[in-house]
Amino acid sequence: MASLWRYLLAGLGLAALLVGILAVVYLTAPRSSQPAGPDVSRTKNTDNGLFVASFLPERGVVRQGELESWLLTLKTKAGAPVEGAAIAISGGMPQHNHGLPTSPQATDYLGDGRYRIEGVKFTMSGWWQLHFAISATAGSDTVLFNVVL
Amino acid sequence: MRHFPRFLALLAAIILAGCGKPDFSDAEKKTVASLALSTLPSLKPDSTNRFADVPAAAALGSTLFFDQGMSRDGTVSCSTCHKIDRQFQDDLPQAVGVGHTNRRTMPLAGVARDPWFFWDGRRDSLWAQALTPLENPLEQAGNRTAYAHYMKTRFGERYERIFGPLPDFSGMPLNASPLGTDAEKAAWNAMSDTQRNALNGVYANIGKAIAAFERSIEPAPTRFDRFALDLGTGAEAKGDAAFSQEEILGLKLFIGKANCVTCHNGPRFTDNSFHNTGVPPVADLPPDRGRIDAVRQVEADPFNCLGAYRDGDASACGELRFMVKDGPQLIRAYKTPSLRGAATRPPYMHAGQFSSLEEVVAHYAKAAPSVEGTSEIHPLELSDRERAALVAFLKTLTE
Repeated sequence: MASLWRYLLAGLGLAALLVGILAVVYLTAPRSSQPAGPDVSRTKNTDNGLFVASFLPERGVVRQGELESWLLTLKTKAGAPVEGAAIAISGGMPQHNHGLPTSPQATDYLGDGRYRIEGVKFTMSGWWQLHFAISATAGSDTVLFNVVL
Repeated sequence: MRHFPRFLALLAAIILAGCGKPDFSDAEKKTVASLALSTLPSLKPDSTNRFADVPAAAALGSTLFFDQGMSRDGTVSCSTCHKIDRQFQDDLPQAVGVGHTNRRTMPLAGVARDPWFFWDGRRDSLWAQALTPLENPLEQAGNRTAYAHYMKTRFGERYERIFGPLPDFSGMPLNASPLGTDAEKAAWNAMSDTQRNALNGVYANIGKAIAAFERSIEPAPTRFDRFALDLGTGAEAKGDAAFSQEEILGLKLFIGKANCVTCHNGPRFTDNSFHNTGVPPVADLPPDRGRIDAVRQVEADPFNCLGAYRDGDASACGELRFMVKDGPQLIRAYKTPSLRGAATRPPYMHAGQFSSLEEVVAHYAKAAPSVEGTSEIHPLELSDRERAALVAFLKTLTE
């Protein structure tokens, strides 16, 4: 019977050791995700508060390395669609100090304040920024969207 | 206490097993999985080339690819530089065709998945790419009119079965091209628009046949892919799928501290984009500014996606329509090459500047500034052990 107890004790000891090792491994594992990432909200007030802008992928998903269309929706504060806006797009990856790999353009007005932005491509994972300069009859304003892949 | 030795042995076994099992965080596992060949999607149809998946076109393309008759002096074929038993490259710092070029031959595995072709992306489709060396005086050095005549004489029946009737060649010169010698240019300008258009059509079809063949050249699974598969399923890696401690360290550096995966991403280890990484120019070669000069060339190419010889509609032309046309980041920017099979095909970079992977790693660690434009890379602190580990990992990307 004594040997059985010894086995049990050894088993408990091993289990404790395993938990300890796992804890050390877990606690020292490199953290890959940044604790405080950029603001990735998809709807924002433009910088001077002229418009409310939403920026969403047209097909709902974002796939790395593919040319995709996004929709930029522009409304006034009162919720009226902004029509006939001229939109210039720039951007890049702030942490890699380089611009966009493509030149996205507003190619179509779909009604209800929605503009199709074609030629968006994210070639790397990480933090991307898209900057929109918007000019409409109500005035000109800018807005920045962050996309994290 | 007679069980104590057994207990010690058990403990040792558990600890040893723990050491042998590679230890990756969830984020690391996700990145490793994203690099595995099993995530490579099936090849998309090429709507700009309606012969891309026609077997007879691919068969003719394969004949043309290996045919030295496809050159001015009958000594050079595509396969002269794209050697079938050498990953479709030639092991030379710069390719040698009829003359000595200024760029390293690119391997062809997975080439049909590229959005841009050549080191600088001066062509936007595989079929438009295939036409370029045919008329380059340093490569195959021919002219499109001579190639069209050659098609009729040598492959007339095969050609017409695939592409339909060849044009009427009566009254056409034997040698003429907008890119040729002065005499060839004069002959080209003397032809009617209809004649020039007919010749361009035959020439485009030659490219489309070669592209149809090249679509079959795909990357093969490597040791890394077998390792990644086991890491993903949690199975114990067996045989050559098991990585040494050095290879695991190299992989962790590749996807971590060394930042290689920033550009060398996805199952082909490339972002298909252009970057200035401060690779030095080669003395005695003509000035080479990379992507910045290629933008005008691809825009001016009559065989580009927006030109008259594309099949299908312009919806396939997004890369060309939305390409970055200007900006300092294009100066001395070159395409990120795939790293699959790289370990067995030195020398490296767009003009074969580095003769070993050790030199490549040393270049990226040092991150010397670019002679022109701005290098995107930053210096890295890598120990000798870490450099060797990166090289060891790169060697796992071969069969």
